[in-house]
Amino acid sequence: MPEQEKKRRPATTTREETTTEETETPAPSPQGEKLKAELDDLLDEIDEVLEENAEEFVRNYVQKGGE
Amino acid sequence: MVVPKVCGIETEYGIHHVGGDGNPVASSSLLVNAYVSDLARAGWDFEDESPGNDARGYAREGSLPPEIETHLVNAVLTNGARYYVDHAHPEFSSPECADPLEAVLYDKAGEEVLRRSMIAVRRTLPEGQSIVVYKNNSDSKGNSYGTHENYLMDRAVPFARIAHLITPHFVTRQIFAGAGKVGSETAGNAGRDIAFQISQRAEFFEEEIGLETTLKRPIVNTRDEPHADPQRYRRLHVIVGDANLCEVATFLKVGTTALVLALIEDDAFDGSELTLANPVKAIRQVSLDLTLSAPLDLADGRTTTALALQWELFGLARKYAEDRGLACLGDEAVGEQVLARWEEVLHGLETDPSVVADKVDWAAKLGLLEAYRERHGLDWDDHRLAAVDLQYHDLRPERSLFVRLDTERLVSEQAVLDAVTEPPRRTRAYFRGQCLKRWASSVASANWDSMVFDLGTDPLRRVPMMDPLRGTAEFVEELLDGSSSPAELLARLSA
Repeated sequence: MPEQEKKRRPATTTREETTTEETETPAPSPQGEKLKAELDDLLDEIDEVLEENAEEFVRNYVQKGGE
Repeated sequence: MVVPKVCGIETEYGIHHVGGDGNPVASSSLLVNAYVSDLARAGWDFEDESPGNDARGYAREGSLPPEIETHLVNAVLTNGARYYVDHAHPEFSSPECADPLEAVLYDKAGEEVLRRSMIAVRRTLPEGQSIVVYKNNSDSKGNSYGTHENYLMDRAVPFARIAHLITPHFVTRQIFAGAGKVGSETAGNAGRDIAFQISQRAEFFEEEIGLETTLKRPIVNTRDEPHADPQRYRRLHVIVGDANLCEVATFLKVGTTALVLALIEDDAFDGSELTLANPVKAIRQVSLDLTLSAPLDLADGRTTTALALQWELFGLARKYAEDRGLACLGDEAVGEQVLARWEEVLHGLETDPSVVADKVDWAAKLGLLEAYRERHGLDWDDHRLAAVDLQYHDLRPERSLFVRLDTERLVSEQAVLDAVTEPPRRTRAYFRGQCLKRWASSVASANWDSMVFDLGTDPLRRVPMMDPLRGTAEFVEELLDGSSSPAELLARLSA
């Protein structure tokens, strides 16, 4: 695999790495750009449908283990 | 030697009863009941179930078999599926499917059953209450529930060999089959600053092999309960997967696993040495490594990566296909599609996971999270990102974030709607589903490997279905069409 492709990966296992990667990451691939643009268009809608009180919503989602 | 890879997926859904009293068993029962109350029902017959048997040849030593809760709601549907309450979750067990594409179809049909259940139960609940269903595998607080796969296997292949050779695939297939998760929730990852990981389930696995499913979960589950002729078949019960919403991910999860199992049965590994030094450690490593390139230790001292290991398995599978064909996947063309998709997705992953964001759940979710995070300037521990993660899996069309993404479909919406009521045609699920469609009131019980009829006169009549590849439309459609009653069907069957 070519080196420049390797660097393009959004390698973000830890928060520290996230920050580093963001400053170093070159422009994403055309497909990546397209998907990103589509995602951007979705964000307004997601703001609308996302549960209003995120903290309470997430806190209240408690399951019993299964299987 | 390889046997056709009849397969199926069982999904335990997450459930939230808005305004309820916090009893998930009762809420799950309400949900399932609401769906089945108007449908033909048949009580599930547990007589042949033996989940405590162990494929390694011994039973129940130190391992507790799962309890079978026969008092809970339990229905068999006309599509051949089982829909019931398992522990504290509604569970949809798909009918036996003839190929991986059909497994995708019935997995989606299961989602539709749950969606209809949510609508049905709303009518029975007091004002202000609702039951919401999530197709995921964890509550982000350390509680996990399963999505299990099943594959028909040749009984003659030693279980130890299957377990040994399938483990590297189970550890690494998450790079395309992982559903993605914000953060971490188990003691094993405590103290680590984890923003996002590939798999919902990986961090819950603590053993390489065993019978458990709820504690000390093993990568390879040894439950030996074939639901078929035990002399000829075993059913490999796979508990290591995530629930997928992306159809390509489900297709690859089942398709690649079926293919690697075929390789194992036909001894087609060509001496490849892919044994991992520490599979339990590796499965967590892979989940935490979004670069897919972290070194994994092999037992022989070399190292590999998740991607490299998947490429190696792909290469073996392609050679196998050239040498012997792919009829074992139930359909030659579907088998070719598995290979083509596998290659396409591995290429995409090594280029940039965002390339496969329309095919792979974790990549889809990560793209969504990163875009949302950027727009609002959020830290990874912001509750809104956890909410995005959870709501990705919400099955309500008006709330689901997944349905707002433009992911690739492999099955048509009409086919999914048909599969809610119609059984697969190329497995014994056809006989089960058709009998229920036609004569539900005469079916005393239906099990995976038998049907019991109550004709109102004689003792109950049991029809064994010990071969998953019999009872297909090809074998019994004419017989069913030519029978005007269940009595006539049984008379013809014993003729």
